[in-house]
Amino acid sequence: MLSRYLLRFGALGYLALLLLIPLGMVFYRAFEHGFAPAWDAITSPEAVHALWLTVLVALIAVPLNTVFGVVCALLIVRGHIRGKGILNALVDLPLALSPVVVGLALLLLYGRTGWLGPWLDDHGVQVVFALPGLVLATIFVSLPFVVREVVPVLREIGTEQEQAASTLGASALQIFRRVTLPAIRWGVVYGVVLTTARCLGEFGAVSVISGHIAGKTETLTQYVQAQYDGFNVPGAYAASVVLALLSVVTLVAMTAFRRKEEI
Amino acid sequence: MVTGYLSVIVLIPLAALAWEAHKGGLSGFWDAISSPEAVSAIELTLVASAIVAAVNAVAGTAIAWVLVRDRFHGKGFVNSLIDLPFALPTIVAGLTLLALYGPLSPVGIDIAFTRIAVVMALLFVTLPFVVRTVQPVLKELDEEMEDAAASLGANRFAIFRRVVFPNLLPAILSGVALAFARAVGEFGSVVLISGNLPFKTQVASVFVFSQIESDDVNGAAAVSVLLLVISFVILLLIGAFRRYATRHDAV
Repeated sequence: MLSRYLLRFGALGYLALLLLIPLGMVFYRAFEHGFAPAWDAITSPEAVHALWLTVLVALIAVPLNTVFGVVCALLIVRGHIRGKGILNALVDLPLALSPVVVGLALLLLYGRTGWLGPWLDDHGVQVVFALPGLVLATIFVSLPFVVREVVPVLREIGTEQEQAASTLGASALQIFRRVTLPAIRWGVVYGVVLTTARCLGEFGAVSVISGHIAGKTETLTQYVQAQYDGFNVPGAYAASVVLALLSVVTLVAMTAFRRKEEI
Repeated sequence: MVTGYLSVIVLIPLAALAWEAHKGGLSGFWDAISSPEAVSAIELTLVASAIVAAVNAVAGTAIAWVLVRDRFHGKGFVNSLIDLPFALPTIVAGLTLLALYGPLSPVGIDIAFTRIAVVMALLFVTLPFVVRTVQPVLKELDEEMEDAAASLGANRFAIFRRVVFPNLLPAILSGVALAFARAVGEFGSVVLISGNLPFKTQVASVFVFSQIESDDVNGAAAVSVLLLVISFVILLLIGAFRRYATRHDAV
């Protein structure tokens, strides 16, 4: 009995010291000088622009990765192709790779001296230090989540229902829309929640590629760092609270959808 | 379509990276990753990541155990809390730790700009990996096996070591490998709390970032390729653990 309590309090204590108490401190720090300075910090033009830019990038990246994720999962589970092992490893790579490396790779491809940089320059397209670069970096780092959530669900449901639909004369598109998609929908939704969280919170890759132009290419995570480095610590904490609240929403959504998946 | 998307998003940029690293030839690549500052950053990253992986193996398994086998009020809340490091932007994670364990710490613990801070930040962001890989395996594990061992006179330590642990090992290993990979590449959470002091608290990702900022793209690319290779090897290892686990399930 004693060992059980020791284990319980050990585990919970570790979580409290590492996660819960520090998170509480962020809220405390943000509001320790009252509500007004915190409100001013997150309603400054730069902060508002950073928030909208973050949302805009997510709005572009999430749908693209959702479509790709479903198609790629279908290919991994149902497709008969060679090199599935490599495909799997490539899809997982953004999970294990440092975001700074991702940013640098994009910089070397699209930057001033990169492979495509001069050509893009001639055609008046700016990728690096502009929205397209932010979007490409964010797509890269949030690529695996829909795939990883949909693959096990597809394996689980098997192909019997799809085959039944096919013998009844349904076309491939009809089978996907009426049989497969409804079966995997909670997996897709869960993957979308994870993708969105990753997009909103992306920092490393975006730091390399954005050029940190306040009010222009600065996302909310970078705004936090810029405020902290500029000795506006309450401002940094206030913006952090916005991001932390977004992650709490994510957690609630994850918990809700995990329940649905289990039923 | 899948190949095209993957190529544009992942493959071609990485090819550009490898090209840049290889520009100076093999000797140039070697010079870049063996400069004293680079070696110190890589060493710190690998050692800190190994410590973090080891702590996670124990703490993650213990937390998974408590979540599956123990019963207490608020377990659902704690279970959701596990994913917090995943949902929280890394820069906020760093700031979060700085709020409690930084210069203005209300409890008087100031670890900012030390190597302990690096380990702490990495522990924060890697927390979910072992818990989330061990938890489902532990849930599926048949308690009858443990009862059988107990009826044969095994004590609880022996049951854990001989019955439970071998079943969990593949999950623990793949969780630890994921945590290690994540720790090696971590940037956002470390950048504020570590102070990025070269030779002291500068990790590999931050080193790459500072090389980019100071326009030494070639040096940055070389260390990046090293990180890329480490990530890829770990992913292949995890694939091997999974195959090992499924093969033993089938028996």
